Amino acid sequence: MSRLTEDNVRVAHEIISRYPRPRSATIPLLHLAQQQDGYVTNDAIRHIGELVGATSAEVLGTATFYEMFKFEPVGKYLVNICRTMSCALMGGEELMHHAEHRLGIKAGSTTPDGMFTLEHAECQAACTEAPTLQVNYRYRFRVTPETFDALIDDLAAGRLDSEIPAHGTVARIRQHIPAERGVGAVPPEDATNAPSWMTVAEAPK
Amino acid sequence: MTGTTYTHAPGFVAGDRPQIVTARFQYEDSYTLERALATDGYAGLRAALSRSATEVHDEVKAATVLGRGGAGFPAGTKWGLTPAGVWPRYLVVNGDESEPGTYKDRLLMERDPHQLIEGCLIACYAAGLSQCFLYIRGEMALAQERVAAALNEAYAAGYVGRNILGSDFSLDIVLHWGAGAYVVGEETALIESLEGNRGMPRLKPPFFPAAIGLYGKPTIVNNVETMANLPWLMRNGSAAYTAIGSATSPGTRMVAVSGHVKRPGVYEIINGTTTFRDLLYGEEFCGGIRDNNELKAFVPGGGSAPWFLPDQLDLPFEGRLIGAAGSMAGSGAVMVMDDTTDIPNAALTLTRFYAHESCGKCTPCREGGTWLMRILDRVVAGQGTHRDLDQLLEVGATICPGDFPHASSERLGLAAVPFPYKMTTICFVGPSAYTPVHSALTLFRDEFEAKLVKRTFIPVTAVSVSETEAAL
Amino acid sequence: MTTTESNEVEPAEVIVDPNAVSVTINGKQFTARKGDLIIKAAENAGAYIPHFCYHDRMSSVGMCRMCLVEVDTGRGPQLMPSCMFPVSPGMVVETESPASKAAQEGIIELLLANHPLDCPVCDKGGECPLQDQSFSHGPGESRYIEEKRHYEKPIAISELVLLDRERCILCDRCTRFADEVAGDALIQFTSRGNTTQVTTFPDEPFSSYFSGNTVQICPVGALTAKPYRFKARPWDLQEAESTCTTCSVGCRTAVQSSRDELLRYQGVDSDPVNWGWLCDKGRFSFEGVNSDDRLTTPLVRTANGHEPTSWNSANAAAVRMITDAIAAGGASSIAVLGGARGSNEDAFAWARLAHDVIGTPNVSAQLGDGLPVGVLGMNRATIDQASSAATIILLAPDLKEELPVLYLRLRDAAVKNRSRIIEFAPKATGLTRYAWRTVFYEPGTQADVVSATLAQPEIAAQLAKGEVVIVAGRANLAESSAGTTAALLALLAALPEAKVLPALRRGNVVGAISVGMRRGKSGLDSTGILNAAAAGKIECLILVGADPIADVPDADLARRALAGARRIIAVDTFITDSSRLADVVFPAAAYAEKAGTTTNIEGRVTTLAHKVTVTGTSRPDWMVAAELAQLLGTDLGFGSVLDVTAAIAAAVDGFEAVTAEALESAANGVLAGVGSFDAIATPTVALGDRNSYNFRLVVSRKLYDQAVGTTHSPSLAKLAPGGAVFVHPLDIARIGSAVGADVKVSTPKATIVLSLATDDSVQRGTAWVPFNQSGANVGELIDAAAAVTDVRIESL
Repeated sequence: MSRLTEDNVRVAHEIISRYPRPRSATIPLLHLAQQQDGYVTNDAIRHIGELVGATSAEVLGTATFYEMFKFEPVGKYLVNICRTMSCALMGGEELMHHAEHRLGIKAGSTTPDGMFTLEHAECQAACTEAPTLQVNYRYRFRVTPETFDALIDDLAAGRLDSEIPAHGTVARIRQHIPAERGVGAVPPEDATNAPSWMTVAEAPK
Repeated sequence: MTGTTYTHAPGFVAGDRPQIVTARFQYEDSYTLERALATDGYAGLRAALSRSATEVHDEVKAATVLGRGGAGFPAGTKWGLTPAGVWPRYLVVNGDESEPGTYKDRLLMERDPHQLIEGCLIACYAAGLSQCFLYIRGEMALAQERVAAALNEAYAAGYVGRNILGSDFSLDIVLHWGAGAYVVGEETALIESLEGNRGMPRLKPPFFPAAIGLYGKPTIVNNVETMANLPWLMRNGSAAYTAIGSATSPGTRMVAVSGHVKRPGVYEIINGTTTFRDLLYGEEFCGGIRDNNELKAFVPGGGSAPWFLPDQLDLPFEGRLIGAAGSMAGSGAVMVMDDTTDIPNAALTLTRFYAHESCGKCTPCREGGTWLMRILDRVVAGQGTHRDLDQLLEVGATICPGDFPHASSERLGLAAVPFPYKMTTICFVGPSAYTPVHSALTLFRDEFEAKLVKRTFIPVTAVSVSETEAAL
Repeated sequence: MTTTESNEVEPAEVIVDPNAVSVTINGKQFTARKGDLIIKAAENAGAYIPHFCYHDRMSSVGMCRMCLVEVDTGRGPQLMPSCMFPVSPGMVVETESPASKAAQEGIIELLLANHPLDCPVCDKGGECPLQDQSFSHGPGESRYIEEKRHYEKPIAISELVLLDRERCILCDRCTRFADEVAGDALIQFTSRGNTTQVTTFPDEPFSSYFSGNTVQICPVGALTAKPYRFKARPWDLQEAESTCTTCSVGCRTAVQSSRDELLRYQGVDSDPVNWGWLCDKGRFSFEGVNSDDRLTTPLVRTANGHEPTSWNSANAAAVRMITDAIAAGGASSIAVLGGARGSNEDAFAWARLAHDVIGTPNVSAQLGDGLPVGVLGMNRATIDQASSAATIILLAPDLKEELPVLYLRLRDAAVKNRSRIIEFAPKATGLTRYAWRTVFYEPGTQADVVSATLAQPEIAAQLAKGEVVIVAGRANLAESSAGTTAALLALLAALPEAKVLPALRRGNVVGAISVGMRRGKSGLDSTGILNAAAAGKIECLILVGADPIADVPDADLARRALAGARRIIAVDTFITDSSRLADVVFPAAAYAEKAGTTTNIEGRVTTLAHKVTVTGTSRPDWMVAAELAQLLGTDLGFGSVLDVTAAIAAAVDGFEAVTAEALESAANGVLAGVGSFDAIATPTVALGDRNSYNFRLVVSRKLYDQAVGTTHSPSLAKLAPGGAVFVHPLDIARIGSAVGADVKVSTPKATIVLSLATDDSVQRGTAWVPFNQSGANVGELIDAAAAVTDVRIESL
């Protein structure tokens, strides 16, 4: 049983309401499900399909396209070490080698205590700070074996709990559009004229 | 070395140059509404709203704000490509920064979200766009948090939403976030993804987003940095904007220089006139190659760009000139390789990236990219043959038939083949898997040959067993 | 470009066709149609461009890149996917230039890189576009030496379809079909890049009624259909074009057999009808023809039950029964039911026998589940007219369940925004999702609901926008036809210009009625015949491919009718609940065992192929009729089926143009004219007091049920969902029983036990039971004499 909880269904409806088409909320809702359970369960996929008006197969098709979605449990901390060019030039491969030894697992697997999952990552958009890694999508820059070890120690000891939430939570701040301020979604079929501030009329083709 | 760094903006290096998009980075609290308002925040929006939408649009056109995502198409012109009389129109802001080597949009989102929001508002006002979707890369937790918080502040303060600043301009900006797929940075894939689908590109034409975009309606897709230029432009006017940079590439642009330089960093450079030599060796920029090594090669415009050699150092960062020289300015990302670099392995890190990021929609990319990666992997591992090197070029020719762009080289007696390439794929991901292979193999074939399996005469007595094993 | 040497020759008058686009294809000037894709224009010009993902009944996606050709639009030749671009004036296309060929060879090599090349054990081998185009447009050898992708082979994605992901080339045809054409997006691409695959969601199989089409359009052997797997090599198949008669849409098919056994039906693209698609019921119904349970010899009833006999003695027995019946009660004591399952020729011969030889007016091709025959005399719409009308009004059964390919056509009209659907229904249907408006009615009230709806300004405005086509049929078997008939007449009174497409379901019901299987002057309709039989007034009841016990909604009436008929003659392919009661049973030739013609709901007449030898000694229905007529002293002059076809053209109003010659040359058949039928009088709908019977009953058919053809097709039989009583989820509380529990469903006259289920397509206050499913027979609750059926649902 891991459909979205009542609270999360409320969040889901708020997210859906911002889009002209419910389907657009698919990825945000998959994140919501992953935040709830740590990974995306089949029940959640089915539930999201119901919420956005898609078949389970369609939601699955979307979900599996994107690498952040996991379909089985991963560690509390997902450690992604970049291996694309800039990081590779600056020792990314050696860092991964060190990480594998430090954690005692091969990239792509999880420590037996369920704390760490280690993965190769592609470019993290911090190329000047190579080599980089992310723990649950929080950056660490110019990582050395020593800073890596210190990071693992800190994570294991819970010293970074306030900075790095458990896997599944990406942003901890959500957008909220206050009802009295929001314009509302603009469905493609609803607006047939230029918006009100466009004073110069265009001749339709 | 001159230039200032801030611990709160990792990688960013300020210098004694005009700052159009990074002026606020100096403040630790640059992402707050309070700081923004104290430093001209939303003044550009006020300036825009005091004029008609058409006038604002004309101002942007006059400034020739080139798109900063990669293709370099002028934003003002793009806004004008929507079919007349078709409504509503949408704005999708591309914050899915993931081109190898590129690091700038994330900084702009993390450090100055209000500038981005202001830019979106100006664009929507000018082009008559009814709803804005701000698509941030899924892995950028902090950028998502900063933009969400800024939007919440801006809504509360009346800068976004209904009747903005008391005018009849009303707009929702919706924060949307991805989930890890490089190809979504391609604008039609971005739209597919925003519609809740697999992020597979649509064929352009016929699906030019300006005509048939989000939900089938005219949609402008602009890069984060492009939007970030608009507040300054509105405050200072197009004349001030075009006074900076070159005639064809006005203003400034954010460039990330990574790899083997003394001071890798993100620089806001004068567009169109700053040369690669300035960037790599200038004291106010990277200050030279690390350990004073020799420069071997560099990628001028993100992982998709064909490589340059020291021969190209004096080219300015200007799209057309870089294109004529055989590469592209792309996303403003320079990756530097010094003379210690294992070139085939460096090429592999990029080819593997593009093979991994193929969406799988079209055959040449899906099958060809992986094939290239497998061969290259074998070569790098010392298991390749001469046939494999030819095979790399032959597979590449199926993805990109005809002459492939590359830089000129005095050493090799090569003349440049200008950009762009021809391709059998829908988008540039497939060709991008081939680009590093082609550049590396064309410019450094000897390094590949040095890695090939040697099956020539090996006298048994002359080598140790371990050496024989290594050779095989 | 051609230039004339001088200007001597002045064209007298140039008529410029605005839809003509002049292009150059492989050096030759060609006039294409505006909007034609390059790939289509080239094919029309005789230049085949290889392709995999392109399918002209689906949107182009430009994925496989096989159709890349060099195109010059004035900016120099460029490789372009010819499936994505329409022709433009002056375009120069080179399908065989070195660059085009290099691209095509390159793509084939890449497609084969990860393909397992297991052609020797692949069903598609020999008819495989990948195989064929590798041969015609491939490089001839592969340079790929890496390990190929591996997946489990094959996996079942539904009860009928298996998927081999190693063979798949990811062309998006099946997934596009499922989403775009069928509206059942149950298969999808998953994963990404080099590991992209087609899959279903776990525990949600590809249970589309149209799944077999994906097998047919798969350009490789990735999708195979269980009923055909490893049955034949394609080059051993013989094929004849025919028309599916599983329902009355009239989809064109290719009937394929090997060693005189039917092995496969494939859809044939008939532009006005099925666009190449078939439903799975039609596609896999060949299993029933091949069934071991088929009748092989005539049977006569003896003290020991049915015993095989010769045709001579069976004919003699039947003739004796007919003459005895006439002697006992006159010609009108004989009644003939059926004809809708056979060909036009079968129906015509039996109509002649009944009306002209025997002389009875009591003839009906319907079984109490249709509409008054006058509906065929209305201003008839074609399927094309329906699916291009500004407004389609549905007053019909669930078309997805009863006329599946008509559902596809109307769905297409709605999703492509050609038409708006206004639906009147007692419960949500397959088209409800696509309808512009759905107006639910309680059975019996439809005429009032229709009138009230038409009065709404918004509806009136929509109806004024252009052509209106009404699709009319019986949405509910638990009510008489009166309510629907009254509603149809109300619609036509308000919309006199509207056309009507009859949604009657049996394969050739329109043909049978049109050529004479209907009551004569002062004759009885089907319910009248059954009532008369039940009252002991029918001396001889003849069932021509009719099974009243299974098909007549009022089960009690059907049972009493067959018990009350003094003598019964049946012509059938199987022993059914009805033919089991016959005194003489003639074994009938089945589909593909006889030639002839059939008529679809539009009145389109097409040919039926005689592909395999008849089972046992069975004969076509028309031959049985002709023989009996002969023995009764009248030579109908039918020596061959062509004689009957010719006789129909000569005798039947509207069929003058339907000659064998015309059919031979008409790819899409011949549209028969609408004959003259008695106008329908407005019936009165008398709704009685409901008392405590507080659920109004809706009974309708599912695609798969216990019909004889389905139960004898093993692949289809297991797809029947089974019986249950469905109510709206919010009504469950007032029953006081849980979902899944057995409940009593009763009327004043009968009680049956069904399991209770909920379905939000059921409207509140109504209960829905699928017809002719396993378990209790809902027909026990239905009274042919009552306007509607009200039931009480109680826990046991």
